[in-house]
Amino acid sequence: MSAAQRAEHDEATYDVIVIGGGGAGLRAAIEATAQGAKTAIVCKSLFGKAHTVMAEGGMAAALRNVWPEDGWDVHFRDTMRGGKLLNNWRMAQIHAQESPDRVLELEEWGAMFDRTPEGLILQRDFGGHRYARLAHVGDRTGLELIRTLQYRAVELGIDVLMECNVQRLLLDDGHVAGAFGYWRQTGRFILLRAKAIVLATGGAGRSWRVTTNSWESTGDGLRLALEAGADLMDMEFVQFHPTGMVWPLSVRGLLVTEGVRGDGGTLKNKNGERFMFNYIPEFFKAETADSEAEADRWYQDKKNNRRTPDLLPRDEVARAINSEVKAGRGTPHGGVWLDIASRRSADYIKRRLPSMYVQFKELADVDITKEAFEIGPTCHYFMGGIRVEADSAATTVRGLFAAGECAAGLHGANRLGGNSLSDLVVFGRRAGLHAAQFAAAQRAPGAVDPSDLDAAAARMLAPLERQDGEDPYAIQSDLQDTMQDLVGLIRTQSELDEALVRVRSYRDRLSRVSARGDAKYNPAWNLSLDLDSMLTVSEVCTRAASMRTESRGGHTRDDFPTADPEWAKVNVVVRRKDGELSLQTEPLPQMPADLKEIATGEGKATAAAAPQTT
Amino acid sequence: MTETTEQVRRDATVRVFRGEDRTSGQFVEYTVPVDPGMVVLDVMFRVQQMRAPDLAVRWNCKAGKCGSCSAEINGRPKLMCMTRLSSLPPAEPITVAPMATFPLVRDLVTDVSFNYEKAKTIPAVRLAPPGPDGKRRMFQEEVDRVQEFHKCIECFLCQNVCHVIRDHEENKEAYAGPRFFVKLAALEMHPLDTRDRIEMIRAREGLGYCNITKCCTEVCPESIKITDNAIIPLKERVVSEFYDPLAWVKRRIFGGPDDGAKEPAAVADR
Repeated sequence: MSAAQRAEHDEATYDVIVIGGGGAGLRAAIEATAQGAKTAIVCKSLFGKAHTVMAEGGMAAALRNVWPEDGWDVHFRDTMRGGKLLNNWRMAQIHAQESPDRVLELEEWGAMFDRTPEGLILQRDFGGHRYARLAHVGDRTGLELIRTLQYRAVELGIDVLMECNVQRLLLDDGHVAGAFGYWRQTGRFILLRAKAIVLATGGAGRSWRVTTNSWESTGDGLRLALEAGADLMDMEFVQFHPTGMVWPLSVRGLLVTEGVRGDGGTLKNKNGERFMFNYIPEFFKAETADSEAEADRWYQDKKNNRRTPDLLPRDEVARAINSEVKAGRGTPHGGVWLDIASRRSADYIKRRLPSMYVQFKELADVDITKEAFEIGPTCHYFMGGIRVEADSAATTVRGLFAAGECAAGLHGANRLGGNSLSDLVVFGRRAGLHAAQFAAAQRAPGAVDPSDLDAAAARMLAPLERQDGEDPYAIQSDLQDTMQDLVGLIRTQSELDEALVRVRSYRDRLSRVSARGDAKYNPAWNLSLDLDSMLTVSEVCTRAASMRTESRGGHTRDDFPTADPEWAKVNVVVRRKDGELSLQTEPLPQMPADLKEIATGEGKATAAAAPQTT
Repeated sequence: MTETTEQVRRDATVRVFRGEDRTSGQFVEYTVPVDPGMVVLDVMFRVQQMRAPDLAVRWNCKAGKCGSCSAEINGRPKLMCMTRLSSLPPAEPITVAPMATFPLVRDLVTDVSFNYEKAKTIPAVRLAPPGPDGKRRMFQEEVDRVQEFHKCIECFLCQNVCHVIRDHEENKEAYAGPRFFVKLAALEMHPLDTRDRIEMIRAREGLGYCNITKCCTEVCPESIKITDNAIIPLKERVVSEFYDPLAWVKRRIFGGPDDGAKEPAAVADR
């Protein structure tokens, strides 16, 4: 690229730029603005369309509206146990302590949660949460969250750069200096200078064939962070949500909220057996009903009965479904049945789960108020991501912060449902706060090296300049098959080895990729660039999965089927050294004794308030 | 299930608008193989993968939740991700065109920034303080009607179909459109909101232009009763505020459109 071409780019300067327009990015930008920082949100899609809209069931917070016995300590304990104790304890503590305030703040900004008979915010049951804890709006809680934050950002006059795709972070002597990318609508380049940057780019499920994730979830933030020198952590832990649609093929993977089970739905195999009773792990035996009779009573009387195993944490349920299907007890299209119609009235289902009703009716010709429907595991969430300092959301690169799904630590080896939306606002706020404080201490954004811009621009333009190269859609499709088949819910060494060989061959093909047409709203070109992130994340995930020779949470090894106490002590950390990826284990931060007692014991509040465990 | 209720198609022919402006652009016909259960957006993906890799299509969730893939399918404003092939006549090609009311970017993608600019004109919610325990109380019955409005996914199909702006570019300046009447209704009916936006709804957002043809309600993918539940109640509030003789007398005596309990929102207030 010539200097003249480079001069073509747009340019803007901010104190803080937030990359990502979902819940975490919006909350970060709102906080940074409140702190007085000149802030912009940069997002790949239109404003308010980010993947957060897909969140359905609710956001977890110990508001104590439904169960006065609840408290931050119980929420902390549930989160740690759900994460198989691999969580960053401090993040789990902050999350549990601050999420109630973040929910009330959303209400202040206009969110309309469902109500209790007393007029307070209603809370719903979800997997792994001891008490009904999820503030929700029917089954469209994510939409309410993003719309509320979106209009709060509008009220504050925050600049929003829509359909703008960041391709490279710029550093000045190891500090963040800005970002370089392009506008999707015109293809023009844009240089953003900033004193601090918050990454809030979400997950990377698009590399799997069967996923709940939208096209945006390509893991851009993970690649940008890695290239800037930040650490990634826990990248082997990928959550497969137990209940995605399986038929028709057009909607395979589409999310079916855990709220269906929270509100009374049960899982059955093709023989009509409630198979979850056969899959209760030792770890959760004390708090889980061991007979259908007790589980049925629990729906009526939650104080004196233990909860149904249908609401075990997601990793347990997804593995159980997988085992049933493998054993030949699956449904016609390779899933299992989810049945809410036989417990709840049509009115109840339509009121509590309106979009599930419409989704099945319109896309699958199935009436969930009348019959059971087929579901199966679907790639949903990255527990791993960018390693951050718990209190400040700071990465290991100065001036670079990360929050939401692209950050690691809070969820450990497995995330509980409902803990994602609360994660977004708790750590989005902290990232915005600390980014603004960091920016305030800098005199000006760092210097931008023109050769960095040349290199970034040349890389971006290459797919447009190349004739008759590899087809980006074909590479994406092959990658999705590979990750689905070889780095899925159940993993084994030989398959991981094969996956790595294939992912590297796609990298080779990507170097010859060609996008027909020009740069103006050209999805083939956009995908060619996104594939760089998808391949980086796929390689990191595969190598981390090879390294962890045990089964824990969202990482299950056929060849190492049990949890290994030695692996309970370490995270797998990934960084780039001299252009090469390096993976190593590092010890978990030590949990203080009092928190350890809450996490591993019954916990004081819990023991006193939970007769169902005795 | 789909195999039994759906007429089996092996392939589909689509006529897709291609181009960067509406006069020089044209419909291009593509035939691609299809599978049972597919929606129009799936066919667009097939066209991208097999025939036209640079076909510009805006989409995100492919689940009817984000409102990105709005288009005009056989002349009807719809979401591409929620329009099953089985709902369209099998013998004819499927016509897919960009929304007509907004400037064209390319192919099926339009510049919807009009809507984001209108959003900035609406004064945000301002709630009465919480109770002594720091919590707010609202009852499900009063929340229900606001929740209906909050279902809006901002697909802008209602804006696209509204003839006030679809046929009259010059009205865009003074007219917010159905999406934002829904937004305003949600704010006005919020049980704890303290602001009064009636004057600005009349004077600035152009509610009077709407003559209740219900086109917006018909195309809403979330089945929000835009006309009956949002626009008509807002019109009634404007009428009782400004054309009710008692209210007129009250305004003469007490001044302003303020009813005493609510704080009037300045027209330019953000």
